[in-house]
Formats: sequence, C-alpha cells, structure tokens
Amino acid sequence: MKLALLPTDWLIWAVVLVTLVWSIRMRAHPMLMENWRKVFLKPSAMVSGLVLASFVCIALLDSMRWVDPSRPGDNALSALDRALAPLVQARERRYSAPLAYVSFRKESMERDGQTVRDYPRLQFGGAQLQNPQTEWFGDVLERSAKALVKGLAAVLVLGLLLRWLFRQSPYPWPWAFAAGSLLLLLACWAVELSAAYHVLGTDRTGNSVLWIALKSIRTALVIGVLTTLVVLPLALGLGVIAGYFRGWIDEVIQYLYTLLSSIPDVLLIAAAVLLLQVTIDNHPELFATALERSDARLLFLCLILGLTAFTGLCRLVRGEAMKLRELEYIQAARAFGVSSFGIISKHIVPNLMHIVLISMVMQFSGFVLAEAVLSYVGVGVDPKTQSFGVMINAARAELAATPVVWWTLTTAFIFMLMLVLSANLFSDAVRDAFDPRARQKA
Amino acid sequence: MASPWLGFFTRKLLYAFAVLLGINLATFALFFQVSSPDDMARLQLGGKRVTPDAIAKWKAERGYDRPLYYNDNGDGLARFTDTLFVDSSLRMFVFDFGRADSGRDIASEIKRRAWPSLALALPSFIVGLGLSICFALGLAFFRATYVDFWGSVVCVVLMSVSSLFFIVAGQFLFSRLMQLLPVSGFSPTSDAWRFLLLPILIAIIGRLGAETRFHRSIFLEEIGKDYVRTARAKGLSEASVLFVHVLRNALIPILGASVTIIPLLFMGSLITESFFSIPGLGSYLIEAIASQDFAIVRAMVFVGSVLYIIGLVLTDISYSLADPRIRLQ
Repeated sequence: MKLALLPTDWLIWAVVLVTLVWSIRMRAHPMLMENWRKVFLKPSAMVSGLVLASFVCIALLDSMRWVDPSRPGDNALSALDRALAPLVQARERRYSAPLAYVSFRKESMERDGQTVRDYPRLQFGGAQLQNPQTEWFGDVLERSAKALVKGLAAVLVLGLLLRWLFRQSPYPWPWAFAAGSLLLLLACWAVELSAAYHVLGTDRTGNSVLWIALKSIRTALVIGVLTTLVVLPLALGLGVIAGYFRGWIDEVIQYLYTLLSSIPDVLLIAAAVLLLQVTIDNHPELFATALERSDARLLFLCLILGLTAFTGLCRLVRGEAMKLRELEYIQAARAFGVSSFGIISKHIVPNLMHIVLISMVMQFSGFVLAEAVLSYVGVGVDPKTQSFGVMINAARAELAATPVVWWTLTTAFIFMLMLVLSANLFSDAVRDAFDPRARQKA
Repeated sequence: MASPWLGFFTRKLLYAFAVLLGINLATFALFFQVSSPDDMARLQLGGKRVTPDAIAKWKAERGYDRPLYYNDNGDGLARFTDTLFVDSSLRMFVFDFGRADSGRDIASEIKRRAWPSLALALPSFIVGLGLSICFALGLAFFRATYVDFWGSVVCVVLMSVSSLFFIVAGQFLFSRLMQLLPVSGFSPTSDAWRFLLLPILIAIIGRLGAETRFHRSIFLEEIGKDYVRTARAKGLSEASVLFVHVLRNALIPILGASVTIIPLLFMGSLITESFFSIPGLGSYLIEAIASQDFAIVRAMVFVGSVLYIIGLVLTDISYSLADPRIRLQ
C-alpha cells in the first residue's frame, strides 16, 4: 500500500492537523473555551455541527488515497472510492430513475425475433427480480424494513452510549441524538437498498448519482476550506499592517484592494482559470494523470477565489487595527518599548481574532455557493471533477426534455442545502458567541 | 464651503485615475498572458489552417502588431507611448473602446445593452430593497417571538439555496409546467415585461433572505440605543417608536450601503441574464469571456470599475450629507 495524496489532500490533512493542535492548545484559554461552550450550548449549533462533521468525515475518507502495488493496474483511489466500489462498478448505460429496475427511456431491442421499443431492464438495478412488475414493490418494502430494523438497533446503541457518556453534560445532546438518529436511519436505508438498486438513480452515463453526490462533498469542502485558508493570511496580514503602520503603507494596501474589488470577480477568475488551462495544455508533462490535472485546477480556483474575496475582511481588519492602535494599553506597550512586531502579534492580532473567525465561518458557505455558479459559467472546477456545480449544470440541460430527469437536480439541491444550511446555522452560533456586541445584548 | 468640495473631488478624481490605470494594466497583462495576439487572430480567423500573412494582416488592422509594453524601435518617449498598452488604455479614458473582434463598435453595443440590463436590475433592486426592509421591520416588531424565530429560519433557508436552483425551479414551474411566461428571451417592445417578470422575481427571492437578515440586525442594533428608550419613556407606542424613530435612523446605514451598488446596476447580473438570454451587459461579458474577445472584456472591466468608483464617491458624499459629523476628507 502506497500513499498517493494529491496536493489538495495534503492541504486538507494539514488543516485537520492544525485544527486539532489548536483545539488542544485552546484548553489553556478559559475565555475561548467559554465562547466555544456557548456555541455548542445552542441546539442549532449542535445539530448543524453534527451534520457538518459527518460531511467532513466523508470528505476526509475521500482525501485518503493510495495505490495498491499488489494489484496491477490499481489507480490512486480514495478510501471512499474503495468503500463504494460495488456502487461504482454497478454502472448502467444511461439515465435510470431512483430505485428503478428499467431504463428511463425506451430503446429498440430484439424480442422473440421482433424489434420492439420498450424500457430495457437495467444491468444492476433490480436485476435479481424475476418478475419485476409484481415483485418490485415487495422487494423494496422488505429491504426497507430490514434497513429500519438495523437502523433502529444502531440508534438504540447510539442512544445508550450517549446516555452513558454524557449523563452530566450541559450540552443539548437530545438534539444531537435526534439529528444523528435521522442520519443513521437514512444511511442504513441507503446502504441496504444500494445492494440491489441505485437509490438516487443514475446520471447520463449511468453512474450512480449517490456516488457522485458523495464525491461532490469533498470538492465543496475543499473549496470552502482552502479558499478560507487563502483569505486568512492575506486579509489578516495586509489589514493589520495597513491599520497599524498607516502612512504610505496604508495607501498602497488600500490602493491594492480597491483595485482588486473593482475588477468584476467573474472576470478575474475567468482570466486566471483560462491562464491555467493554457499552461496545462502547453505543459502536459507536468501532470501525470487527469486526476492530478483537475486537482491542480481545483487548487488554483481556491487561490483565485480567495484573492477576489479577501478585500472585505481586509477592510474590516484594517479598521479594527486602526481603532486598537489608539487604545491606551497599546500606547502603554509602545511606551515600554515593545517592538512593532511584538505589539502586533501579542496585542493586536489576538484582539482581532473574533472578527476573523466570524467572517471566516460566514464566508465558508458563500464559497460553496460560488463554486456552483462558476462551474455554470464554465470557469469553475474541471468538468470531470464531481461537484455540485457540474451536477446542476448537467441536470439543467435535461429539464427541457420530457419526461423530466428530476433526480440529479434534486439530489444536488438536497446535499447542497444540507451543507450550506448547516454551515450558515453553525456560523450564526459562532457569531453570537464570539461577537462582543451580540454578547452585550444578551 | 466651495473649497473642501473642490479639494475632495480633485483628490477623488486623481485616485480614480490611478485605480483605473492599475485596472487597465492588470486586465491587459492577464489577457495577453492568456492568449497572445497570434492566438486571438487564429481563433477569430478560424481553424488551424490560417496563413501567417492572414494573421499579420488581422493584427495590423487592429494595431495588435505593436509591442505590448516597450517599443525598441521608437525613440525618446515613443518607446513607451507607441505600444499596444498605452494606445488602447488612453483611449479608454475618453470612452473610445474601439471595435470588437467581430467588427462591431463596442461603445455603441454597451449603450444598447445597458437598457435591458437596467430594466432587469433596477426593479429587482428597488422592490427587493423595499420588501426586505418591510420584512425586517416586521421581524423587528415581533422580536423574540415565534414570528421572529420562524422568519429568521426562513431567511437562513433562503440564504442557503443556491441562486441556480431558484432560476432552474422558476423556469420549470412558471414556464414549463404552468406555461405562464416564456422560458427565456427578450423583446425590446412593450412586451418586454413578459420576459422580465420571472427573472426579476427570481432575483428578488434570491437576495431576500440575506438582505432581510442584514436589515433586521441593523434595526435591532438601533432599537438598543438611548433615544429609543427616551421615545418609549415619553409614552410613544411601540409601533410609532419602531416605524417612525427607528426606521428613519436605520435608513441611514441601509441606504448608505445601497448607494455603492446603484451605479453597478447598469452592469446587470451575469448569471440571471445569461440564464434567461437577456441581451444585457452581463451576458455580453460572459459571451466575451467565452469567445476570448479581449477588447470587449477590457472595455467592460473599465466601465465596471468607473461605475464602482462613482459608487464609492457617492457613498462618501451621502454619508457626509446624512451625518454632519462626518467630514469630507
């Protein structure tokens, strides 16, 4: 087994590591701990945090890639790919509706020596049924019942575990339990029925929509997280320097962000993505596989999206740093001869972090939504990457046809809504806990 | 009184010039890096079997045969002025954008396309702003009740839905299922409302959640201030406190934030316009990006940044008018 991580995988794992270290070190800061405690005391934060955590788990599984040398011709597949291998291999030839046993459109075929137009049976979906017209409903019902029993057993175990672990805990565990049970039941159902059907149907080329949606989660989270990672140093660094030093440095930085914010975002992103495409086309030797190529494009998209998005936070940080530098404790530090670097790193940045944290969690969902729009314009992720934007784009063309292929769009809608809604709810809770103005009101 | 205004405008004008020059340089560098004039000629003339002569002729017609930033053959100042960058940038400042690669005059095209864009953007902006202020006032009036709670929930859900879904669902529901309105297209006659109604509606709904929440937070902040307590203390009803005193004071930041956007309304909406095939400026830019028509893109970026800077100056002025404590500096 040989690790074969892509650049975005490395970055994702680095982010996970830094977050872990940071949360361990945070235990030494009672103020911060108190704020995070306040976040998780809210039921909405508990539920949305749980949903986000399960999305993050899927994305992490999808960021763990290796090549198996014992198997010749093994590609660098992720843990998620390997877990879902039966689903990936169970390809149909074209569209099929959720839980269907026949193809979505009629085709010409030979039957008893005659050519007839009918719905062909699927290769995988419901292939075990001898007489699908009569057996299908019973089969689905039986499998659902089995899934329900297994799911309820899992829920029971979870409930007892939570009960035992968090007897004295002040956090709203019942809410987390309710949301977790729902997710568990859904997961059980999807796993149980995936053994014989495509739970969410198949797309144009016969790939399972469930698989595509699960893969899209990683793309969305990579865009959200890595773009935030680009925004953070740019906005914090430039904003603090401009606000603290004032004078010509301030002028230059202000000029820079006025410049960037007055160029339409789409244009800047389009130019950058086209630039990358030209570079890739001219230097095919840089990237060994199509996967690496699309990964480079994803990374580049995060970079450029961050470049267009940092101006707002930069302006906020600059204003706050300007206010802070006039305060008495900073004046005192200066009088004691603390260096500018010391003042910035010890006294100014820690007092800005709540603004940075709040605007970062608030921006996250914006990036996820932006990816969909950019992919529609044609300057988003690589068309071969699985992402919600690519899914919507492909589904849009099918809405004009009759009968309508509704399931790809609906799946993208539900997954995206779940992700963005929980990100929004979580960021609300973070803002309420960390914003000193909100605290005064409460 | 005249002198601070004069100084203010001179400084702003100089600053605007510097920003616009920087933007020109940035777009120029970006796009000539992406595709050299040779590539552009090949793309426009079509195919790979284009003779070098034809490319040279195409470039000469448009003046693309000159060096980009620095001319070795000129002398003195001409080394810098007789270049593609200076020539095409300076002309921009008098709104002479030249011709698109397809041969059309860009300035007249922009003028023609600004009206459909405005017809879409202005109503959705005004109605959207009005609606969100009304909803936000309602939520603020019923604050800390179930109305407020569920209203906020609806806002967050609206915020979390991608605008693409609103467009796709709207087109599907109203145009395909109910057959009430055309799916897309535009007509410049009085029939235009039929084409505009759906995009306007969708644009409003797409922004309603975020705007209502934003305005609600401004109202709530205003309600916590001292003058509100005074107004209550002198016996005014809660409704008159909210709808007269709070509303008037909260409108200052709300309208202040809107002033920045107003000039940009001319630029139209990229996504809505191209989804509904409305021949406005947003779809113009998208088409230009797709066909890599550099001249159009630069002209559009220039116009966009001019409007953005006008918006910034207007914001400064409106704040100083609304609040005498803020000086023009």
